[in-house]
Amino acid sequence: MFDTLLELFVFDVQNSLQRFAPELTLCVTVVAMLLVRLFNLDRHVPSYWVALGGTLISFFFAFTDFNMLKMESFDLAQQTIFTGLLVFDGFTIFFRLFLLLFLILVIALTVLSGIPDNEDGADFYVLLLGSTIGMMLMSSANHMLILFLGIEMASVPGYVMVGFLKGRKKSSEAAFKYVVYGAGAAGVMLYGISLLTGLLGTADMVEIASRMNAVFAGSESVGMGDATARTVILALVMILAGFAFKLSIVPFHFWCPDAFEGAAAEIGGFLSVASKAAAFALLARFCVAFSTGQADNLKEFYMYVGIGIGAIAALSATFGNLAAYAQTNVKRLLAYSTIAHAGYMLMAISALVVVLNEPAGDLFARLDADGDGVLTRQIAEQRYQYDVPELYRSDIAIIFDQLGKNSITQAEFVEQAKDPAVVHTLHRGLGAQALEGLLYYLAVYMFMNLGAFAIVALIRNHIFSEELEDYKGLVHQTPALCICMLICMFSLVGLPPLGGFVGKFMIFATLFEAGAVHWSMWAILLIGGVNTVFSLVYYIRVLKVMFLAERPADARPALIPFRSAPSMYCVMVTVPVLALGIFVEQLSYTARQVASILF
Amino acid sequence: MGPILLLTLIIFLPTIGAIALLAVPKDNDEYLRIGALGVTVVTFVLTLFLLGDFNTDDPAIQPVFEVIQVDGATEPPDLKLLANYDLSEGKVMRDGQEVQVQRGITIPWIRTWNIEYKLGYDGISVPLLLLTSFISVLAMMASWSIKKMVRGYLILFLLLETGMLGVFLALDFFLFYVFWEVMLLPMYFLIGIWGGPRKEYAAIKFFLYTLLGSVLMLIAMLMFYFGSAAHSDQTSTFDLLELAVIAQNGLFDQQMQMIAFVLLFIGFAIKVPTFPFHTWLPDAHVEAPTPISMILAGVLLKMGGYGILRIAFPLCPFGAHWAAYTLVVIGAFSIIYGAFAAMAQTDFKRLVAYSSVSHMGYVIVGMAVWKLSVDTNALHHWQLGINGAMFQMIAHGVSSAGMFFIVGVIYDRVHHRDLNQFGGLSKLMPWYSGLAAGIFFAGLGLPGMCGFIGEIFVTLSAWNYSPLLAIIVAAGVILTAGYILWTIQRVFLGPEYRGPHAEEITPMNGREFTVAAVLLAFAIILGVYPPIMFDLMGGSIELLTETLQQGLENATDATSTAGLPGN
Repeated sequence: MFDTLLELFVFDVQNSLQRFAPELTLCVTVVAMLLVRLFNLDRHVPSYWVALGGTLISFFFAFTDFNMLKMESFDLAQQTIFTGLLVFDGFTIFFRLFLLLFLILVIALTVLSGIPDNEDGADFYVLLLGSTIGMMLMSSANHMLILFLGIEMASVPGYVMVGFLKGRKKSSEAAFKYVVYGAGAAGVMLYGISLLTGLLGTADMVEIASRMNAVFAGSESVGMGDATARTVILALVMILAGFAFKLSIVPFHFWCPDAFEGAAAEIGGFLSVASKAAAFALLARFCVAFSTGQADNLKEFYMYVGIGIGAIAALSATFGNLAAYAQTNVKRLLAYSTIAHAGYMLMAISALVVVLNEPAGDLFARLDADGDGVLTRQIAEQRYQYDVPELYRSDIAIIFDQLGKNSITQAEFVEQAKDPAVVHTLHRGLGAQALEGLLYYLAVYMFMNLGAFAIVALIRNHIFSEELEDYKGLVHQTPALCICMLICMFSLVGLPPLGGFVGKFMIFATLFEAGAVHWSMWAILLIGGVNTVFSLVYYIRVLKVMFLAERPADARPALIPFRSAPSMYCVMVTVPVLALGIFVEQLSYTARQVASILF
Repeated sequence: MGPILLLTLIIFLPTIGAIALLAVPKDNDEYLRIGALGVTVVTFVLTLFLLGDFNTDDPAIQPVFEVIQVDGATEPPDLKLLANYDLSEGKVMRDGQEVQVQRGITIPWIRTWNIEYKLGYDGISVPLLLLTSFISVLAMMASWSIKKMVRGYLILFLLLETGMLGVFLALDFFLFYVFWEVMLLPMYFLIGIWGGPRKEYAAIKFFLYTLLGSVLMLIAMLMFYFGSAAHSDQTSTFDLLELAVIAQNGLFDQQMQMIAFVLLFIGFAIKVPTFPFHTWLPDAHVEAPTPISMILAGVLLKMGGYGILRIAFPLCPFGAHWAAYTLVVIGAFSIIYGAFAAMAQTDFKRLVAYSSVSHMGYVIVGMAVWKLSVDTNALHHWQLGINGAMFQMIAHGVSSAGMFFIVGVIYDRVHHRDLNQFGGLSKLMPWYSGLAAGIFFAGLGLPGMCGFIGEIFVTLSAWNYSPLLAIIVAAGVILTAGYILWTIQRVFLGPEYRGPHAEEITPMNGREFTVAAVLLAFAIILGVYPPIMFDLMGGSIELLTETLQQGLENATDATSTAGLPGN
């Protein structure tokens, strides 16, 4: 008995460690950097080489996993590791790759821009890598404990990095503000988690759906009248508040402009992309874990949660864009822009939750357009086509297969839809599509946002300023950087043929489809569209200053020739923005493949 | 040259040229200009090849490929370019046998979303393609007056040309949208960097208006994409031809067609521009440098009209018919409003800009005179109207580009555009005045010149639709004559020039003379022998009206059998 247990344990640990190799490599790198510093080796080997080397090895491990799975099948690989605390699947691997690639780019940027100097290098990279490990944990969390742990592990080094420019008052102030907010949000979130865990009797995310079903099995409708429901709502609001803080979503965004303005632009770039990506990965997992409600009353309840998320997303996009108008500091402007973009991406999550929780009765009525109460297989398949032939088959067919009939009444349909096997696949196509938009957007966002922040950092090194005023006429001195800025900013607006457009298009398309489930998604789509037009004004204000104005004679020169490392770096980051707008298919396919694993 | 290569080159040759210009050192202005001119000329020649390939007997989309299906094969069928074929009752026949064909070139682009790189041309797009590449050559010749940051200017100009040609060739809604938006960025900087004193305001206004329209178009695009899922044999599609067939069968429900038409129409009407959406135009025109004004007036405004004919009408016939009367009223109002506004201007360029609003009103009226009646002739009147609208677009492309060029020539010399300070130019610049008078008469609609044909066709077709509106439309002709004759009087006639910079007035140089003379020549040729255009587009317009009529009837019938899936 004991032997078997031990054997199982050993097997699990061995297997888990193998799957955990990229994170482990980063841990080893962190220790190595500290040792290098301890033995004074950092005079000979700058810490960034150690950091870069370790990250590259880690990236290599992640990439091997990815390739192996791509050749076989993503579905086969899904497994939980460390006794169910983490989950190892295509989604995990996708985000590992994403975060590690981004880490490499950020390290390269810090080497170019010279923040940190060699003296502080080890400290800085330890924080950077540590934070990334936390984010990777977030993207593979399968347990509420890891959810909280990952978020904290990613955040705490972030607080320090924001205040890394020692001696700058603004920087310390920014870090302080960030810490206070962060601590508050973490506390609230932890309280929410404990409420939920107490109610459901488990912290395992896989179990949430079935426990929720059990808890609400007897109740007619799930609403504010029900005490249990009130507890769930409170817990959800608290947990989502924690997420909103990480994502800098209105009304939890106050830290963001100050922190970004006080921190170096490199840190701003890192936090705005990496921590958002990880938080979105976690939020997507969390929402999917929740959203496999089976009874119609529970589904309706979740749907309203989704609409609430959508309302916050729309608010966030609008607020971010409007507040960015008045900014004169480029970093602050970009901070508000990240708030707006978090809003756009959150729209995808809201669409996801809404489409996953369409009550079966409504779905039936939507498909049964002639309203005679009987749905034939042919019509259902024709009207509900969300399959990608190579990835998964037409979702609706499973209901007919299970019943073995070719036409079905509403009562039968609703009954069938409660079957766990059906719930899992019924909304898979639409859900995968919503997540595909999010993943694509994130991938483009990594390049375009990092590009914008990197250019700000590199220009700062020459003109010692991040005020828009001092950017006048820069195109005459650093054409390469300015043109890269132009491409990144137009991509942020969402203009074709740039990647930002494709991402936005996918999210808008999903919102449009979700509108068939609930009309409010159409309103959110409209708000998103109008926001695109709004946002043009302030992005183009930056470009106007850079391109249309003359460089004042007394301004500090920023002569960065085309053939120089900074220019080349910016070009390297910007080219993918353009490429992702033209060569869409590969990433789109991979993203959908990865997304479909969650269902 | 195969059609795939030809069409792709037409679109992307300017882009390739733009990249090549990057390799030329910055300060070789003359080489850069000649190189860019060479690129536009080659593009023009390529569109002439296209004209050579174009089969005027076939009204539908070309090129036509024969689908060779091997029995039992799972791979996609082979496609072979079909050169000689006959048409009978809409079917493609070769040697008396019906063959299965695919129209337009189709290359999968984003398979996960079923987006295609689909290109093709018919009688509606070929004239506009020719106009685009032709005006681009002339505008490039006019670009010698640009002295600042020449390389950047030329690169943006060529990128703009790619966008324009792409719009007229794209047959996939998504691809169309991409090209449509690609034009915005170059245009913003062309106005914003090389424009006049209020260039920044004008550039952002242009950009915001168009982007707002595009967002509405994007929403309409999604409506059709997801609306097609239940009716297409594959999944959802952006293919404009397939969507048009679905609409022809009346399978988009009426409410959707009405909403989508309004969204699409606003998007395109901003570009045309018609009355409530026109306010960006005077600003953009006045501030833009001369060659860009030529492009704006000569080509960009036509995209609105083209979009209505290619997308808004075929995809929502019911919506189009539902809105027809409103459209005609908007068009008629634009004609009168634009003419009065032009009359009130003292800025020469602003006057020409408002005349564009007025002239483009005819285009809207001509397209929208769709009267439903048992009388079989009703369709003929409408065809007359669309023919007139298309002709008006081409004619306006020639005459307004010419008018802006004429304004640009004098502005380069005297550096002002105040109509009240001109006068007596005919003595100082006799050739210039002669050509200018000719081009202005073309704009006025003098019989025997291009402007006349479009206006008279539209007016005649409007009479059948609503006599009252026809009278209003006809009144526009008189107002136009009023402001143009008054302008000619103020600028060219009179005893002597009393404005500033009188000493700098020199006769036109050879390059300027060529541009103006070529434009005037085309204005006369089109006016004297309009069939060169009508032969190209007549068949396609006939086909368009018939399909729309069917689409309307099917959509109206569909109310009784709503909800049944497609056939």
